[in-house]
Amino acid sequence: MRDAFTLYLRYAAISIRSQLEYRASCAMFAAASFVISAIDFCALWALFRRFGSLQGWKLQEVALLYGMVNVSFALAEGFARGFDSFETMVRNGGFDRLLVRPRSTALQVAGQELQLMRVGRLAQGALVLFWAAGELDVHWSVARLALVAAAVVSGACLFAGLFVLQATLAFWTTSTLEIVNTVTYGGVETAQYPLDVYRPWFRAFFTFVVPLACVNYLPAHALLGRGGVFGAPAWLNWIAPAMGPAFLAAALGVWQMGVRRYCSTGS
Amino acid sequence: MRPYLCILGARFRVQLQYRAAALAGTLTQLFWGLIRVMIFDGFYRSSTAVHPISLAQVVSYVWLSQAAFGMLPDRVEPELRDMIRTGNVTSELLRPIDLYWSWFCRCLAMTLIPTLMRSGPLLAVAFAFLELQTPPGAASVLAAAAAFAGGMLVSSAITALLSIGLFWTVSGDGLTRLSVAAAYLFSGMVLPIPLLPEALQRAAALLPYRYVLDVPMRLYLGHIPASEAPMHLAAQLAWLLVLVAAGRGVLSRGLGRLVVQGG
Repeated sequence: MRDAFTLYLRYAAISIRSQLEYRASCAMFAAASFVISAIDFCALWALFRRFGSLQGWKLQEVALLYGMVNVSFALAEGFARGFDSFETMVRNGGFDRLLVRPRSTALQVAGQELQLMRVGRLAQGALVLFWAAGELDVHWSVARLALVAAAVVSGACLFAGLFVLQATLAFWTTSTLEIVNTVTYGGVETAQYPLDVYRPWFRAFFTFVVPLACVNYLPAHALLGRGGVFGAPAWLNWIAPAMGPAFLAAALGVWQMGVRRYCSTGS
Repeated sequence: MRPYLCILGARFRVQLQYRAAALAGTLTQLFWGLIRVMIFDGFYRSSTAVHPISLAQVVSYVWLSQAAFGMLPDRVEPELRDMIRTGNVTSELLRPIDLYWSWFCRCLAMTLIPTLMRSGPLLAVAFAFLELQTPPGAASVLAAAAAFAGGMLVSSAITALLSIGLFWTVSGDGLTRLSVAAAYLFSGMVLPIPLLPEALQRAAALLPYRYVLDVPMRLYLGHIPASEAPMHLAAQLAWLLVLVAAGRGVLSRGLGRLVVQGG
């Protein structure tokens, strides 16, 4: 385990060093990533300016949801984006090389690339999160801070799990399915707003199929001192973030199945 | 004229190969549209004030923008980028046709064809099940048709300008990304322009992006009455001329400083 961790750090260091060879373009990509994700918040802010509130939610409360999900997504994109280029690896046979190495394949794929430019979204999300935390009338006890951290990490696990699943499909189709973007990018868009505004079927989808609500909406309820959600007891809000790591574990299980049936495409 | 039509035709056949991608694109746009409609619906239900655009119009605006998503100038032409990176651009210089217009046609094909392939099914579903309105009259239909065609040309001129900017690699890439961000906000893709705060609406009025999506869509809805169409179409044409002139200017300067090394 420690060995795997050191190996990942080594991968990350190599990747960062190679990106820093092109400092100007790296800084620019990060800045662009900041601006693009800031536009989403700009839209959210403009809507609150005009409409005042959203189904009983204030701007600051929604900003908490927004900040948490964006930090989660940026972390997942940064650490697990190696899965994004996985289809090329299957198509050109590059995956064979990983298979002959005596280390976990998932770790090696994840370590292919650590994208520094994701710092842009990370910074933007974190800024909104800190602003919301300061503005909200919440007593930031150790337990609450721990819950924010748990929710953010758990969210990152969930999105990483989705990236893994998307890449796993390449074992069967040799091309990743764009359609999965609807639950990754679409999931971020969805989770930026409180789940109450959506139709019941849509809510159920993002609670039970892709458990995004558990890493974002439910813990936010606990932080804001709101009660249980949709008739569930309030203590559920505190343990809901456990779903993130569980989802990632399940995704890695499916990944292992894919690896077992992998058949090289040849040279 | 003929060589340019040939370029369009050839590009069209290339794009037609990606039918599965088009279908996936349509489904993705539908999903996004649903999310956005539900969010706007939530906001309108939270407020009793009168807003500059009605919920029914916003819903239609969302579906039109999802259908016309391909028109958004949100990337450079990938083959031009590769040509400029690898130096293969030299073979383009040998062709006996106007370089700007041949590149413009490539950009036009890149925006026009996927939009045509993706918008049809999406509009059909939106009409049938998702409360997409029809235009208020024949005049609005005509005005919107002209404005959408013009918007396609404005979008292609922006894409061409950005692609040409790649002669200056790093700063060109940066400008592209800034322009993409501006395109999302000021074309009406993220929020209908009438819902933006005053200051941002004034900024939108000074930029070409709203003539790509916002103006054609509001002409369709009758939110901009057909009687005002000539003024907006004239402004759109003016932007098109400015962008084409800028593209040609930048291209000739880029070619002036172009150095391609060995073969």
